[in-house]
Amino acid sequence: MPAKGATTEMIEAPPKEPRELNAPDGVRVELVSRGFTTPRGRVEALAGMSLRADAHELVAVVGPSGCGKTTLLELICGLQAPDAGTVHAAPAALMPQRDLLLPWLSAIDNAGLALRARGASREEARRTAAPWLERFGLERFEHTRPSELSGGMRQRVSFLRTLLAGKPVLALDEPFAALDAITRQEMQGWLAHVLAGEPRTVILITHDVEEAVMLADRVVVMSPRPGRAVAEIEVTVPKPRRRTDASVVELRERALAALGADT
Amino acid sequence: MRRALRAVPAVILVLALIGVWELYVDLKGPTFSLAILPSPHAVASSLYHDRSLLWSSFLVTAQEVLLGILAAVVIGGALSVAIHFSPTLRRATYPLIVASQAVPVAVFAPVLAFWLGFGILPKLVVVAIVSFFSIVVTATAGLDAVDPDLIKLMRTFDASRITTFRHVELPSALPSVFAGAKIAVAVSVIGAVFAEYTGSNSGLGYVILVSEPQLLVARAVAATVILSLFAIALFALLALAERMALPWAYGPREERAA
Repeated sequence: MPAKGATTEMIEAPPKEPRELNAPDGVRVELVSRGFTTPRGRVEALAGMSLRADAHELVAVVGPSGCGKTTLLELICGLQAPDAGTVHAAPAALMPQRDLLLPWLSAIDNAGLALRARGASREEARRTAAPWLERFGLERFEHTRPSELSGGMRQRVSFLRTLLAGKPVLALDEPFAALDAITRQEMQGWLAHVLAGEPRTVILITHDVEEAVMLADRVVVMSPRPGRAVAEIEVTVPKPRRRTDASVVELRERALAALGADT
Repeated sequence: MRRALRAVPAVILVLALIGVWELYVDLKGPTFSLAILPSPHAVASSLYHDRSLLWSSFLVTAQEVLLGILAAVVIGGALSVAIHFSPTLRRATYPLIVASQAVPVAVFAPVLAFWLGFGILPKLVVVAIVSFFSIVVTATAGLDAVDPDLIKLMRTFDASRITTFRHVELPSALPSVFAGAKIAVAVSVIGAVFAEYTGSNSGLGYVILVSEPQLLVARAVAATVILSLFAIALFALLALAERMALPWAYGPREERAA
């Protein structure tokens, strides 16, 4: 439960600001600072954070807990404005940390929520979503409610909902953190496969360094709060990657070292 | 079958209480049972012999209760939505909403009779006022409890405030609205009785009012029994409607005790 001040801040945040698109389909975050006033005083979430994602690049952001990763995503999605610095980003759709599927809607209606949000009728949204559910291996669960789906299926529906928003940028907030290890590995492979066929610019927040190295073109390592980028690691290993590849293992160790972990 | 079995403990308890009641009144003697508390069999006999009076009175009270709750749901629901969108309105109206619950019906019922006469209208208003509170409080709480992350998600989907309300906030608040309506059912029956006390010539409240001075206590208790059964029936009906309208709110918890 967030503090009272924080809740108000979230709900009554200013309307989304039109942002310059001098980063077509990409994301530029330059020296951004952002803080919040809480009942226990001022908290600086980000201080001088920079990040760049070119079109159709997947940039993973790793960092210790509470380093402002979620704030960063909300800045990119235009849900908040920075206190200092600039954010240029093509329109971005969010995939929240918890799946946040609506319990009263079936899988297909949850997947089509972004379409309905823009005014499509239920039938139009279903027509658009149906072939995707099939591609995602969910065709038998179209009319199943989230409570009866497995964790992996719920994440797939949640991802599809974000994808169908039709935005060039996908902001994924620890999408697989709540899954068990085996399902998480499956979903990582699945995500790589989907993005190969449906290229988007992806900002992937994760605390799993291996996940970052397996999926990303670039890994940005953040410092503890107030967060800023302390290292940037290019991952040039061709996809699909294997966890056991020497180069993957080596990059993972480099990222962990940048996080300050003893390995 | 299993559902029927679940009613067994309640039936046994009610029968036991009736038995104790009968025994107690028998021990106290005839004066007591005529003037103060009738025995269950006297109540049963009144239910049978006064059935046409009780039935026509029940129809009057039932109409007041149903229309009153309906008015409370419509007005209370609309006010909850307005409060949800306007913090200023919330600060302005909440003290009054709470106060409306604290004012005894006996105080404002004569005023209503003075303004609105002795017909059904002042009774509707009383029922609506007493049930209004639980509906507004629960509906507002339901709307407020919507996950702020869901609202953010809808914003990244370019949803307007109204669209977000329709697709996310309203459906999430519905279980709370039902909870509020269930609480309202019980108090609204009391509200109707008190409204009839203050100025009417029909209804179960009126029957209770005029029976007591005539030493027809069995009839007054018979009217009370009907009121209780009516409240139970309304409650059960709402629970059923809720299960049919919101199956998603029950799915995984089907087997919990009702």
